[in-house]
Amino acid sequence: MYELLKKVLKPYGPSGNEEAVAQTIRQALEGHVDSIESDVMGNLIAVKKGTDPNGKKVMFSAHMDHIGFIVTGFEKEGFLRVTSVGGVDPSSNQFRHVVFGNGVEGVVVSQPLQPGENRAMKHLFIDIGAQDKAEAEKMVKLGDVAVYAPNVVRLGEHRVASPAMDDRSACAVLLQFLLQAGRYADTIIGVFSVQEEVGCRGAKTASFALAPDVGIALDVTAWGDTPEVDQPAVSLGKGIAVKVMDRASISNPALRDQLMGLAESKGIPYQREVLAFGGTDAGSMQTSRGGIPVCTLSIPCRYVHSALETVDLRDMEAGVQLMLAYMEDGVK
Amino acid sequence: MDLKTLTELRAPSGNEQPLRRALLAEIKAMGLEPKLDRLGNVVVVKPGTQGAGAKRVMLSAHMDEVGLIVANVTEEGFLRPLPIGGVDPRVIISKRVLCGDEAVPGVIGAMAIHLQTPEDRKRVLGYDDIYVDIGAKDKAEAQAQCPMGTYITFDTAYVEFGDGFVSAKALDDRVGCYTLLRVLEGTYPCDVVAVFSSQEEVGCRGAKGAGFAQEPDVALVLEGTTCNDLGKVPQPEQVCAAGAGVAVSFMDRSSIGNKRLFAQALELAQAQAIPFQVKGSVSGGNDAGVIQLARGGVPTLVLSVPCRSIHSPSSVCKLSDVEAQLALTQALLRAM
Repeated sequence: MYELLKKVLKPYGPSGNEEAVAQTIRQALEGHVDSIESDVMGNLIAVKKGTDPNGKKVMFSAHMDHIGFIVTGFEKEGFLRVTSVGGVDPSSNQFRHVVFGNGVEGVVVSQPLQPGENRAMKHLFIDIGAQDKAEAEKMVKLGDVAVYAPNVVRLGEHRVASPAMDDRSACAVLLQFLLQAGRYADTIIGVFSVQEEVGCRGAKTASFALAPDVGIALDVTAWGDTPEVDQPAVSLGKGIAVKVMDRASISNPALRDQLMGLAESKGIPYQREVLAFGGTDAGSMQTSRGGIPVCTLSIPCRYVHSALETVDLRDMEAGVQLMLAYMEDGVK
Repeated sequence: MDLKTLTELRAPSGNEQPLRRALLAEIKAMGLEPKLDRLGNVVVVKPGTQGAGAKRVMLSAHMDEVGLIVANVTEEGFLRPLPIGGVDPRVIISKRVLCGDEAVPGVIGAMAIHLQTPEDRKRVLGYDDIYVDIGAKDKAEAQAQCPMGTYITFDTAYVEFGDGFVSAKALDDRVGCYTLLRVLEGTYPCDVVAVFSSQEEVGCRGAKGAGFAQEPDVALVLEGTTCNDLGKVPQPEQVCAAGAGVAVSFMDRSSIGNKRLFAQALELAQAQAIPFQVKGSVSGGNDAGVIQLARGGVPTLVLSVPCRSIHSPSSVCKLSDVEAQLALTQALLRAM
C-alpha cells in the first residue's frame, strides 16, 4: 500500500489541473479493468462489469485534485500575488515550499501583519527567485497554480505525512481495491474525480452521466486524537471511518448499516464518524437525477489541508477490505 | 439594438419582461426564430454551416440587472427596499429610481447630514436605514402605487463620455446581450445556441435550466465583470483594466475555465490582434458555474467586459472592450 500511495502522491494536480494524476492512475489500471475513460470534465472512469445482467451499478468516487495557490498578479519586485484554490488556511502558510506545474519552485511568504490583523490570502506572496516583474512573467503566467512541493515522510511504522493526502490516499485505496477486486454480481464504477475542493464539481457531472444505483465517496476526514482536539471523535489507526453525516450529505442509513455490519462480521477495523463541517463527493452524488443512496468511507487524516497531512496505512487497508466485502455482499 | 436602448430598458431579476419583449422583437426582425422557455430565457438556435456533426455551442448573456424590491411600506408612505442581487447600500443613497411597471419616480433617502451626529457619519448605512420616497401622502397612497413586491430599478440615462467610455446602469450584463445580438448577425461553422438568460444575479437560475435543456457541447459566457482600476489600488488587486481589452477568466468562484478553451482564446486573440487581458482575480460567479455542471458536464469559458462601479446606478465601461468581446467570441465560434 505504501508503494502505491507514494506513486499516487507524486503527480501535480490542483483542482482543474488533474491530468497528470489521471495519467498515473490510468497506467496503473491498464489491463485490470474492463474500460477506462476520461470525460469532458477530466474525471477518470474505470469500470469492472458485473456478472448479473440485472445487477446494480456502484459508483466509488475518490478525488484527484488537491488545494493550491493560483497566481492573480505580479509585484514589480517579481513576487507573485495569489489566492486560494480550495480551502487553503492562510494562517498555516509561512515559508512553505511550493511548486508549479511547469516545475518552477517557490516559497510562500506572509508579509508582516498589523497588530490585531489575522493572516489572510491577501498577505501572502510567492517568491520564485525572480529579479523583477518581467522575469517573473517569463517563469509563470496569470492563472498558473502552485501546490505544496511533494514531500512524503514516513512517521513510525504505519503512518505517512505528505501534501495532497487529501485525497490521494483515497485514490490509492480505490486503485488498490480495483486491482484486487474479482468479479461480482454488481458493476463497479471507479471514478477518480476532479474539482472536489472547489465544490465537488466532477462528481456531480459523473454521477449524472453514469447514473449509478449506489454512490460511495472515498475521502479523508479530520481527526480528534491530538492534544486539545477531540472532534470529530475519530482516531488514526482505529480503522476506516463510516460517515453518518457531514454538512453536504447524510449517509443512507441502510447502506451505512450494511457497511458497518460487514465490518463487524468480517473483523475489519472501523469507526463511526460524524463531521460538523465539510463535505465530500457523496453530497453531489446524493442529489443527482432522482437521488442516489450514498455513504462516505473516510480515512482519518491529521492536519488536513496542510503541507503534512498524515494518515495511517492500516486505516487505508481496512478501507480496501470493507469495499471488497461490500461488493461480495452485493447491493441490497 | 444599441447599447443605449439595452441599458435603459428595465429588467431586474425575475422581472425581465420589458427586455425580453424587446429582444424577441429584435431577433424576429433579424429573420431568426427566438423561443421563450419556462424560466423566461430567450433562446435562439442558429444552425452552423457544417451541418450534421457541427458542435453545439451555447452562448449565454444574462438579461437581468440588480435592483431593489419593496419589502414594506411605512406609516408615512415611504417604501422600505431590499436588494435583488448584490447591491451595496452605500452606493445608492440619494439616487433616483423608478418603481414598478408604471415607472413611478422615487428617490432613495437617508438622514440629512445636518441631523447626523459625528458617530452617525462614521456609520455605514444598511438597508435598515434607507427608504424610497415616492412623494406619497400616506401609507395607503404609497401601497396603491407600489405594493410589496414592486420592483425598483435605477433611473440612469446612458451617457457616452471621454475617450470612448460609457456610463449607464445595467452594463452587467447588457454588454453581453449587445455582443450576443451582434454575434447572431453572423454565420459560423458550429451551431450557435444563443441564450439570453434570466435571474443570473440571484443565482444563475435561468442558465441552469437552459444548460440542461439545450445540451451544449461547449459554452461561452459573455459577461460584464468587476474592474477595480480606480484609485490607489495595487496592480495585483485591480482584477482588470477598462480599455485593455476583453477579459478572459482562468477561474472564478463558480467555475474553472476549460484549459483548452482558455489557451485557444488567448492564441486567437494574439493571432488576430484582438485586445485582451487575463482577468487577474478569482472572485464572483456567473452562468458558467451552472452550465458547466449541466448533465454530464460542459467545457466553459467566460469572456467579460471590464465594468467600473459594477452593480451601481452608474457603471462605466469602454466601448472598445465591448468590440473586443465580440471579436474574440466570433473568432472562437469560427474556430469551433
